[in-house]
Amino acid sequence: MKTFDYVRAASPEEAAELFAARPGARYLGGGTNLVDLMKLGVEQPDALVDVSRLPLDEVEELPDGSLRVGATVRNSDLAAHPAVRERYPVLSQALLAGASGQLRNAATTGGNLLQRTRCPYFQDISKPCNKRAPGSGCGAREGVHRDHAVLGHSPHCIATHPSDMAVALAALDARVELYGTEGARSVPVADFVRLPGEHPERDTEIAPGELVTGVLLPAAGAGLPSAYRKARDRASYAFALASVAVVLRVTDGVVDQAGIAFGALAHRPWRARRAEQALLGAAPTQAAFEHAVDLELSAAEPLRDNAYKVPLARSLAVDVLTRLARAAGA
Amino acid sequence: MDATAPSTPGVPVERRENGESALGAPVERREGRQKVTGTARYAAEQPRPGRAHAWPVPASVARGRVTGIDTAAALALPGVLAVLSHENAPRLSEPDDAMLAVLRDSRVPHRGWFVALVVGETLEAARAGAAAVRVDYAVEDHDVTLTRDHPAAYAPEEANGGYPGTREHGDPEGAFASAPVRVDVGYSVPPLHNHPMEPHATTAEWQDGRLTVHTSTQGATTVRAVLAGLFGVPEDHVTVHAEHVGGGFGSKGTPRPDVVLAAMAARHTGRPVTLALPRRFLPAVVGHRAPTLHRLRLGARPDGRLVSLIHEVTTHTSRVKEFVEQAAVPTRVMYAAPDSRTAHRVTPLDVPTPSWMRAPGEAPGMYALESAMDELAGELGMDPVELRIVNEPDTEPDSGKPFSSRHLVECLREGARRFGWDRRDPRPGSRAEGPLLVGSGVAAAMYPVMAQPSTAAVRALSDGNFLVRINATDIGTGARTVLAQIAADRLAVPVDRVRIEVGSTDLPAASLAGGSSGTASWGWAVHEACARLAERLAGGPVPAEGLEVRADTAGQADADSPYARHAFGAHFAEVAVDTVTGETRVRRLLGVYAAGRILNSRTARSQFVGGMTMGLGMALTEGSTMDAAFGDFTESDLASYHVPAHADVPDIEAHWIDEDDPHLNPMGSKGIGEIGIVGTAAAIGNAVFHATGTRVRELPLTPDRVLGGIGRGAAPRGF
Repeated sequence: MKTFDYVRAASPEEAAELFAARPGARYLGGGTNLVDLMKLGVEQPDALVDVSRLPLDEVEELPDGSLRVGATVRNSDLAAHPAVRERYPVLSQALLAGASGQLRNAATTGGNLLQRTRCPYFQDISKPCNKRAPGSGCGAREGVHRDHAVLGHSPHCIATHPSDMAVALAALDARVELYGTEGARSVPVADFVRLPGEHPERDTEIAPGELVTGVLLPAAGAGLPSAYRKARDRASYAFALASVAVVLRVTDGVVDQAGIAFGALAHRPWRARRAEQALLGAAPTQAAFEHAVDLELSAAEPLRDNAYKVPLARSLAVDVLTRLARAAGA
Repeated sequence: MDATAPSTPGVPVERRENGESALGAPVERREGRQKVTGTARYAAEQPRPGRAHAWPVPASVARGRVTGIDTAAALALPGVLAVLSHENAPRLSEPDDAMLAVLRDSRVPHRGWFVALVVGETLEAARAGAAAVRVDYAVEDHDVTLTRDHPAAYAPEEANGGYPGTREHGDPEGAFASAPVRVDVGYSVPPLHNHPMEPHATTAEWQDGRLTVHTSTQGATTVRAVLAGLFGVPEDHVTVHAEHVGGGFGSKGTPRPDVVLAAMAARHTGRPVTLALPRRFLPAVVGHRAPTLHRLRLGARPDGRLVSLIHEVTTHTSRVKEFVEQAAVPTRVMYAAPDSRTAHRVTPLDVPTPSWMRAPGEAPGMYALESAMDELAGELGMDPVELRIVNEPDTEPDSGKPFSSRHLVECLREGARRFGWDRRDPRPGSRAEGPLLVGSGVAAAMYPVMAQPSTAAVRALSDGNFLVRINATDIGTGARTVLAQIAADRLAVPVDRVRIEVGSTDLPAASLAGGSSGTASWGWAVHEACARLAERLAGGPVPAEGLEVRADTAGQADADSPYARHAFGAHFAEVAVDTVTGETRVRRLLGVYAAGRILNSRTARSQFVGGMTMGLGMALTEGSTMDAAFGDFTESDLASYHVPAHADVPDIEAHWIDEDDPHLNPMGSKGIGEIGIVGTAAAIGNAVFHATGTRVRELPLTPDRVLGGIGRGAAPRGF
């Protein structure tokens, strides 16, 4: 391991300054991914700016009914928070579907969003990877890619975003709050994580030195029927083969609000806007759900060994939509 | 400890009036407290003044030659002491095991083969140095892809364990062709990794021409012999300690490159050196279970009796050495079939060298055979328990030898009773619980009885205690504890009056912890020594200076037996398959074993349950993928190679039936370390078929495969 400096920031402002003053710095949250990548040689920071103890560890109820989640709130705490469990069950379920208890106790909200893909070629520095070493090629495209993307991939990268939490956030229209030397801004989660395109080395829209300070859960999704479902190889813990987060409102026998996002299908949580559009105004029948989901997944371009993801995602989404509709109609 | 036997030294157990014995009692592990409190020291946890650390450099090509090693950048780093490669490493004798021919020449036989070793003042310095070593290669085309019809495949003379590669009786093809009921199916088992909790590690130190190593091994006696040979020193100049070993599952059965490299680095630098292999390096250098492609042809009469049994296995080995997973061998033991053929074909590829992994041969072979038996039961419309019972042989089918004991039928019946098999609706897909399909399955298990000669010493101490000394290895099984029980039983003293020393070549030489033979082999020597001591003491007082007796079981433990000796078992599984996701979760696992006399009910249960858990992983989650372009295993960490964790392990039960077999060893025991894995994967696979009505013939049974099969009806035959 390369030696590195370690500094701890007391405020977001100080964090941004410490970062700006240290070329090659990385922010350190729970460390559950960054430290692994340092051991693998994938990340070789010159300095770590520890932001895990910033005063951003509160879940705050705002007057307009929205919920602000501080960036350093641990995944376990967020999953267990009464307001989250009551108003955004999809988020609590997604968090609990991710990783193991020990990891959730350490992982932060901000770090969860910024975690890197678990693509084995990205993690092995002896192999080509356009995300890790732009221009070196993609080992996965012709290699072992059962876990890789079927939607939105590019010739340069077929990696998936590994987060469960982010899938729920995308379905909830959550926004990521950022702070940097240029000031504060916020971006919808669904757009915050990028598609690989020509630049797979850029996972997200975050600017160098910018810090995730929190996540805003809008009031519009609060209290609506919502659920997360994940398919995985191992019951105890494993990354998703496919997952879906759904927020659904049915009024007077028709769908009048729908947020659907898929996990493990793409380089970002895949917001299923075509499916949502198809459902708005439709009766919440299984046929309508199947039609809408098929419309969304018709864009899929599976690779040699991951075509199973399309029917799996379809099955998951139709199941969750049907269950939510049944619950809403009851 | 609850073993409170009468305490007259020297009175054998059979002469005791109340019949109590330390044997069989659920005595707790002697080192349990040390382990859970972290005070037990493992091989890498051996601080020495001036200790250095080593980190290997794996080859990044799948086949070729090293044409140049530039060490300048590495040596310029602070704390880097040395870089060893074939250009400068100490010259060793040629090893018998070519896996140990490290840093000898420029050849790269597979990706991940170690081409250099960096020694640093610290682990971090060594790792940084390894990253800075620049290796140039002359790359050659490679081939790592196993197929059923690879042109380089050949029929080996022997499979692992010294078994003949091919055995044939009668006219199996003809008998199959004319059989009224036939099953002709293929199965495939992927490469699997041992991944013991403690990765391979060694601390080595040379002093005055004498080598001392602490290493994580299943057998220190062999490590000493190999090191002495390689380094050209007398065996008594080499001391090997393996006090605590965090599992091996076969991958530490013989020395692996870590111990050779550590000793080499220690000699080169004149410093004590620790080499602890990182998890990611293990798949390439410590062995793996080779993938096996099976074809099973079972021909039967309408009453279920087999008329032909053909089991053909295709597997791979490396360019380094021939290792043939003996997956067709268990079929030679299981069922009566007048005409049979069991055969292996192996293809040398540019892959890492396969080796032993828990129940080599039996685990994949019985998966295939017992799955095919289930398919045959389906074809016959017969209960799968009964099918096995009607094919019970009178003698071992291949050798014709009588069985020393065989209670497979009893295991099947007892398991069926405990499991509630009679309540099962045999129709596949007949039990739905909402979106779940629930099914149950059965499979038989078998593991051979093995024993090797060992030596042991036992000393009567003047304080009334006894000291047993033997270079056994406790790889987490509880060997110390059960050996103390054997000694206490034979000496007729409470088990807490027996002290025991294991895990060092300073002790009388003993065989390895492998082949489920440890307790039988070591226990035999301990028993023998205790018997002689008891005779010498004859109930009289212990001399003030104590009294020591030694025993050597050479000629006894390895004597040919006129009997076929195996442990048997039956596995039952209940699974729920989610029709939305294809996820299979095991609800219940139950095993019943006939394994001779069970010597410690607590640690034995732990072995059975551990084996079943590993079988559950083999069935559902464990699988490794050879990357055709790069030539390595893609799943190289425990995030991607999915071993079962607690939440994956269901209601799991292990039972045994009493078996009194006088043809084994003085304890009457059979090995129990491996049989637990043997039938588990088939039982689970059969349960998945029963749940869904679709047969998936490729392990592991991951959601993609199972979901793809649900509702598909007839599955392809698997080859």
